[in-house]
Amino acid sequence: MSSIDASAPRSRQSRWLKHKIFETNSIILIIGVLLVISIGGLVEIAPLFYLKNTIEKVEGMRPYTPLEIAGRAIYVREGCYLCHSQMIRPLRDEIERYGHYSLAAESMYDKPFQWGSKRTGPDLARVGGKYSDEWHAGHLADPRSLVPQSIMPGYPFLARTELAFADIAAELRANRGGGVPYTDEMIAQAMTDLKAQATPDHPGQSALEARYPKVQARDFDGNPARISEADALIAYLQVLGTLVDFKLYDDKANIR
Amino acid sequence: MAWGQRMSATGYPIRRATTGEFAGMLISAAAVMPFLMVAALTDHSGYAFHATLAMLASFASIFLIGNRCFRPGQVPAPQEINGKPNYNMGPVKFATVASMFWGIAGFTVGLIIALQLAFPALNFDLPWTSFGRLRPLHTSAVIFAFGGNVLIATSFYVVQRTSRARLAGDLAPWFVVLGYNFFIVIAGTGYLLGITQGKEYAEPEWYADLWLTIVWVTYLLVFLMTLAKRKEPHIYVANWFYLAFILTIAVLHLGNNLALPVSVLSPKSYIVWSGVQDAMFQWWYGHNAVGFFLTAGFLAIMYYFVPKRANRPVYSYRLSIIHFWALIFLYIWAGPHHLHYTALPDWAQTLGMTFSIMLWMPSWGGMINGLMTLSGAWDKLRTDPVLRMMVVSLAFYGMSTFEGPLMSIKAVNSLSHYTDWTIGHVHSGALGWVAYISFGAIYCLVPWLWNRRELYSLRLVNWHFWISTLGIVFYISAMWVSGILQGLMWRAYTSLGFLEYSFIETVEAMHPFYVIRALGGALFLIGALIMVFNLWMTVRSGTVDVPQADYDHGLAPQLAPAQ
Amino acid sequence: MDTTYQWLASFAQSAGLLYFVGIFVSVCAYAFWPKNRARFEQAAHTPLQED
Repeated sequence: MSSIDASAPRSRQSRWLKHKIFETNSIILIIGVLLVISIGGLVEIAPLFYLKNTIEKVEGMRPYTPLEIAGRAIYVREGCYLCHSQMIRPLRDEIERYGHYSLAAESMYDKPFQWGSKRTGPDLARVGGKYSDEWHAGHLADPRSLVPQSIMPGYPFLARTELAFADIAAELRANRGGGVPYTDEMIAQAMTDLKAQATPDHPGQSALEARYPKVQARDFDGNPARISEADALIAYLQVLGTLVDFKLYDDKANIR
Repeated sequence: MAWGQRMSATGYPIRRATTGEFAGMLISAAAVMPFLMVAALTDHSGYAFHATLAMLASFASIFLIGNRCFRPGQVPAPQEINGKPNYNMGPVKFATVASMFWGIAGFTVGLIIALQLAFPALNFDLPWTSFGRLRPLHTSAVIFAFGGNVLIATSFYVVQRTSRARLAGDLAPWFVVLGYNFFIVIAGTGYLLGITQGKEYAEPEWYADLWLTIVWVTYLLVFLMTLAKRKEPHIYVANWFYLAFILTIAVLHLGNNLALPVSVLSPKSYIVWSGVQDAMFQWWYGHNAVGFFLTAGFLAIMYYFVPKRANRPVYSYRLSIIHFWALIFLYIWAGPHHLHYTALPDWAQTLGMTFSIMLWMPSWGGMINGLMTLSGAWDKLRTDPVLRMMVVSLAFYGMSTFEGPLMSIKAVNSLSHYTDWTIGHVHSGALGWVAYISFGAIYCLVPWLWNRRELYSLRLVNWHFWISTLGIVFYISAMWVSGILQGLMWRAYTSLGFLEYSFIETVEAMHPFYVIRALGGALFLIGALIMVFNLWMTVRSGTVDVPQADYDHGLAPQLAPAQ
Repeated sequence: MDTTYQWLASFAQSAGLLYFVGIFVSVCAYAFWPKNRARFEQAAHTPLQED
């Protein structure tokens, strides 16, 4: 069955000829594959950067505060998105259970998006304001103390762990690099703003409020003495879904 | 030519390093200092740990490359010995062993997180043992570590055998195999330490992604250069699938991981896309990771190993060509079906649904092509459990590629999405198709690679097959029931028009199914452990076959068995 | 933006259809071209040849 039994000169020549053709072939194969896969991706992705209903700005949306973005990083770090969605579908039961269906604009500053793919636990897109800070603090530390049937892991270490936020200005800057409209002032004041939001009666709170409308500034984890990871995470949970005022939102404006 | 004769093992005790070896050692040496500095300067302990690992890996690379100069043998290795291709099977062996190691690790973590869902106390309230950190460890370990090593091993094997040419490159194939496994270590330990970018199936952070990019481009080049120097007139269809897999994964990886690091001293990065666009990129990536990693790559395995094991050519080569183009053509569009009824525009959802339904056709075309390869040789299924495993994997492939299009229909998806039905669907594909075709391929490969006549025990293969099949059946039927039950409970209304169940009542109802699922997972793991034992015994105590000249042990830098 | 959407939609429905049918027909033509038959026959036996 050997194909290389032929006499030496002939095989060298024919091999050389074959070689040339087949190198071209594998290149053609690559070009074909690239063409085929890029068209599908382009057609589905490129319009999302231009079509109105994916880039519309809705009244009330603002970038996350430094404390919220630090809390979001903890949400991501602990893999919350693996069991909790943040995307309410326009289906009757979901709207009754969770609230108004999610708008594209509501995740426009989310890097990465946290829509999720599984609801082992309930949707969190509008969890902000539904429960008290105390409830969240107790629930994070020991979910089954508040919801006996819960299968959520406990996160008692969050309240014990000091929030590391030395990089917070750089975090905002990295977000700005990807299009989130943080101003120079927001970046310069990031450290102060973070402390102001987590500390009751902090003098920086009015400036924080001016930069981030509707911000909720207080001690979140029940321990005003220090800023813990639980402070940040609860601040993030409490802002989810609270920025857009649906009494004012015209949901017919974008219907084609 | 000069290397036409078998080279003698009594050459010089030390030889000069080749240019490539010099370059490799220089780059490794140059990398030590920067890694040391990062490790010393960063505030993030996990990141410092990774920088330290990278530094140690650089040291190890210098040593491993340098050590080659003390080994006998001709470098670079001869392309042919006695007119036969001098295949480079060292990296294939390493990846085969690694795939079984990661497979066991990944199945075990899967069992642990399944138990955590049934018994939440098993999270132990510690950061590095909680479900949210272990779940990416499980998915990455089984998909990228187990599956990835299977794909690298088989692709390097198949491309050599079907090209009748030695793997291109001297250090490059080893760089691909070791570099990829180093990526796995960084990614996996990162999840446990809380380093993740929070995109499903693309969790590794920016520095791991950069490293993978380098490894992957080398992989593509090694594969292409091997094809380029082949002695066969045609590029066998398995190699088409491998090539599409390698190329597309490169494109997807780049698109979905364009992130801006917070700083060189921070493990954290922010993706340049936001919200809807990010979601679309993610599932364009996510679904094509299924399409090109878990489907195209493993179809390549099917197109080589099923004909080889059945000892007959593939049923229809023409069908395989149509299969190839139709599959890669349609798959790339299917991503939006992960985003039905979300804030993604409707037209994109409809497009995703349409293409997903059409995908049913090429998928079944491929399945039929694989199954019909056995026509006239069905009796082999009775006597050869390895072949049976591969055939059953095709049946599971057919089942999950029917279920997939069904679940991508928006009306069905409104019920199935966010529930365990999805998890069941994924596992009928992952356990039934991907793992079974991989097991089949590894059962074939190990005796071939280690020059054994047969496996240690076909009876044990039989046990493996039945125990794990039972496990799969437990797993997917539990998930069907729990998924559909939960979906229906969420949307159930009382006669007065109120939602009938609170969310937590639907969680409570899942408990028995989560226990059954964990049982299924345990059976699957037991099957895999039997396989490891069988393979171990095959290598250790199997009868040694007549050594074949084309398997060259002496030239493999590592992991070559003692001669 | 409505015009963009309309334009894109009609473009997708016409050019897209042609593109897909075109690709499909050419792949089938390649696969079933009588001249290629022998080559494919040979290629199908690649894995079975021992060296």
